[in-house]
Amino acid sequence: MEYMPNFQLHRPTSAEEAVKLRSEEPEALYVAGGTDMIVNVRRGIEQPENLIDLSGVTELKTITEDDEGLHIGAGITLNEIATNEKIKADYQAVAEAAAAVAGITHQQYGTLGGNLCLDTRCLFYNQSEWWRQSNDYCMKERGDICHVAPGGKRCFAAFSGDVAPAMLVYQAEVELVGPEGSRRIPLSEMYQNDGMNHLTFNPGELLTVVHLPKALAGSPSRYEKARIRGSIDFPLAGTAVRLEMDGKKVKDIAIALTGVNPFPQIVKGTEDYIGKAFDDASLDALRDNVRKQAKPMKTTTVAPWYRRRVIGALARRLTEELAG
Amino acid sequence: MSEKRNKTLLHCTVNGKERDDVVKDNILLADYLRENIGLTGTKIGCDGGECGCCTVLINGVPNHACLRLAATCQDAEIETIEALSEESRLSAIQRGFHEKLGAQCGFCTPGMIMAAEGLLRENPNPSEDEIRQGLAANICRCTGYVKIIESVQFAIDEINSRGKAA
Repeated sequence: MEYMPNFQLHRPTSAEEAVKLRSEEPEALYVAGGTDMIVNVRRGIEQPENLIDLSGVTELKTITEDDEGLHIGAGITLNEIATNEKIKADYQAVAEAAAAVAGITHQQYGTLGGNLCLDTRCLFYNQSEWWRQSNDYCMKERGDICHVAPGGKRCFAAFSGDVAPAMLVYQAEVELVGPEGSRRIPLSEMYQNDGMNHLTFNPGELLTVVHLPKALAGSPSRYEKARIRGSIDFPLAGTAVRLEMDGKKVKDIAIALTGVNPFPQIVKGTEDYIGKAFDDASLDALRDNVRKQAKPMKTTTVAPWYRRRVIGALARRLTEELAG
Repeated sequence: MSEKRNKTLLHCTVNGKERDDVVKDNILLADYLRENIGLTGTKIGCDGGECGCCTVLINGVPNHACLRLAATCQDAEIETIEALSEESRLSAIQRGFHEKLGAQCGFCTPGMIMAAEGLLRENPNPSEDEIRQGLAANICRCTGYVKIIESVQFAIDEINSRGKAA
């Protein structure tokens, strides 16, 4: 990985300045912690002529609270989220997911925004320049074909951020600032099912704040992932479950998945469980429903069938634990 | 692509000494420390943030020097393994690795020690689990980690007993 393009580094001090720089250099890339981006630059996957370093933008590094809920700046580090008492108490899955990202050192400078905007990953994509070259590249980067599904026209690279599913079960919203001004959309609308282009950003937009609603504060939740190395790794499959019980009956439930599709996905059909009690048969049905909606492809060294089995088992286990 | 290199005037503190260096925009902190300043204690292992050998402290927080652009360390305080010994006496953590045989081939050791240093500054009395958690981003292929954990525990005991003696 000795390769390093001759880019120019810009260090804006405000989000407005960053967006302005980006509109002047449309091909420029934003970089925050750089735990993933710098690796991709060095592997030649990204070949920027301009990098916009966001580490000096202090306005992105605040957590505030008001009647509406919690507002977390995109520049907050994952370790700050994992150790924040308020987040640990009110949005447990979010803190657990942040603590599950890579290793502790990465968490201390990797950011929330970086994890939510993480590029999709694939066995044939996250490789060195010479590796990809000798394999004729792939459609996500310079090539024409997909090695995961030859003959297909789609890219199946998997979204592998840990924090997104935990944010999704809390119906988080995100603030995007662009040259045309800012807009606020549900986090779920920030993603689409396309491994080549999984973010729905307009050109030049920057993720600045994530809003967690007060209405769901304290709603019990968990996050768990399967990975090859327990100490540091991307998820092979990960799931966040939020489950509120009213006695023995389900009051509210939401499940979201990561690592098994090109975008972090909310599991459909969970509203059917509301008002009912869980038993073995309905937990099995929930597990099978999760397995059906997870579509892992051969994007990791671990076989897709295993990841599909494990994601169902994780969702079932977390639901059973939360149901008590 | 233009052959002219983009450069930045970097002002930072390395191991307590203030520096002003012209650095290329695309040079990594690990290369800046090793090539420009000659501090070769910081090792480059995997070169991609997976092994932790290049761990240094930036403003007291462990960072991977191989994933950090030098030009982003403006006004930062950088500490490397070379800063730890006091008047050529080993620091408590370094002595722990020596006494408890925490190093075999020694390649991961500077990163391990810097990660442990960052951990102990944050939490002076970590449990064994907390030590494992604090060193989770560092890989050692020789020791099997048991000796490394013992080394850090040795350092904690030594620091604590020194505190009592004073």
